[in-house]
Amino acid sequence: MSRLSASLRRLLRVWQRNLTVYRRNWKISFLPPLLEPFFYFLAFGLGFGGMVGEVPLGEGSVSYLAFLAPAIIAISVMGNAFYENTYASFVRMYYQKTFDAMLATPLSLAEVISGEILWGATKAVLATALMLPVITLFGLLRTPESLLLLPLALLGGLAFGALGMLFTAVVPTIETFNLPVFLFITPMFLFSGTFFPLENLPHWAQLLALSHPHTHLVQAARALSFGHWDESLLWGVAYLCLFTAIVFPLAVSRMHRRLIR
Amino acid sequence: MEPVVRAEALVKQFGELRAVDDISFEVRRGECFGMLGPNGAGKTTTIRMLYGFSPFTAGCLTLFGLPVPEEVRRVKARLGVCQQEDSLDPDLTVEDNLVVFGRYFDLPPARVKARAAELLDFIGLAHRRTARVPELSGGMKRRLMLARALINDPELLILDEPTTGLDPQSRHQVWNRLEELRSRGLSILLTTHYMDEAARLCDRLVIMDRGRILVEGSPASLIRRHVGSDVLELTDPGEELRALVLREKLPHEDLGHRLVVYWEERGELFERLSRDYCGPGCTLRMATLEDVFLRLTGRELRE
Repeated sequence: MSRLSASLRRLLRVWQRNLTVYRRNWKISFLPPLLEPFFYFLAFGLGFGGMVGEVPLGEGSVSYLAFLAPAIIAISVMGNAFYENTYASFVRMYYQKTFDAMLATPLSLAEVISGEILWGATKAVLATALMLPVITLFGLLRTPESLLLLPLALLGGLAFGALGMLFTAVVPTIETFNLPVFLFITPMFLFSGTFFPLENLPHWAQLLALSHPHTHLVQAARALSFGHWDESLLWGVAYLCLFTAIVFPLAVSRMHRRLIR
Repeated sequence: MEPVVRAEALVKQFGELRAVDDISFEVRRGECFGMLGPNGAGKTTTIRMLYGFSPFTAGCLTLFGLPVPEEVRRVKARLGVCQQEDSLDPDLTVEDNLVVFGRYFDLPPARVKARAAELLDFIGLAHRRTARVPELSGGMKRRLMLARALINDPELLILDEPTTGLDPQSRHQVWNRLEELRSRGLSILLTTHYMDEAARLCDRLVIMDRGRILVEGSPASLIRRHVGSDVLELTDPGEELRALVLREKLPHEDLGHRLVVYWEERGELFERLSRDYCGPGCTLRMATLEDVFLRLTGRELRE
């Protein structure tokens, strides 16, 4: 137990390093999550939503913007964690030799990598925390239920952070990230029930979408936002937990293979 | 007294390549121990094994009496490592580089802060406290690397080529700091391929080549044992001189346009050679570690 807490403390030191850097640039880092909802609402609310009207959801139906709001948060969770643990982590690992320096201290590689993934998840939570009040101002989220989006962002952040770190462990160059971005992130952004209901897709495409973690994150976020305590929430959370439980240790072990020689 | 490092029959195999091939050595408390060798000799690999970065293939290694890799975390807490490549954090200020690093050792924040200020004074960077790392010169960066390696008040400082790529002023700055540290009783292990650096700083050293240790000893004893006291470098040697050197069985190296003759001690023959054959461009000098190094590792290019 004391070993675990000591390990956790060291992992938090890695996390804290990133926080120290973040705090130096917080003014710039704060802007995107605050502005992003406006951009989406402008594009899809004014420009697009008028043509759509209500979207059927569960027993009833909701406005297109209300349908969209939780998905915007889910997209932001995915993006923040994934990009932090791909491009940003790769720069620290490969160009800045930050991990090499850390490994000459009592930190272990598993602690360094875990701290990095936790930081990716933290950025997802921070973005969510900044977006929540903005979206709530539009009257699109129920308070206090929507506060549960914060722990969901942590879980989703861990899932996508770990996935990003797994790619970081195997890509030969930073340009190679274009591939997972194009093959995973872009389709997940478009087809995981974000901009239109999953049911509009043909059956095979629905199944494909359901194999991707983002679909579950979107469904869980939507269920929480409307206070629908249905099974999609349960499945979504269970899927993300399972996904993280598999990908996280895999990322650590692949990183071990990459760095320790 | 227990040595700070005891390495026995260490081997590191990378696929086909045996980067470190059965080496044994000890670093004693309070000494500066050097590892010399051309590129690819296995110096950096050996150092990486010491702090647990590279698992070794075979052998036995203890630091401070603690076995590696079993106790590597406790070992690392008592080590300062200054890596060859610049691994300073460009996202942080000079001071934060020390403070953030100190946190990895789980030192109390107040102590880290005080220690960082002390170290910035020590390396002469107190006035650049709030500068960002990319603004620093190469010499300043290396000194900051050194300070960072000292943040946990280590018992052993490991330096991998501490002055490679620095200008002469910066090299002397780093040497001064290292001498100061050694005089305070800190044990130091350094790798270098600068012979003057090794001769100046090291109490004892090993010369490595192709993963093996060739010789071990103090700089002076190595020079005495493998070269002698003096060196005569004769330019454009003629047949007569060559014949003389061979007939007298003088230890020498024939580089074509240059004949290097090594002397155990000066004598009548030495006087004669330096009088009769030492024309323009001829050098008469004391034997150095570089002579030892070149005699043992050869003159052909590596890599």
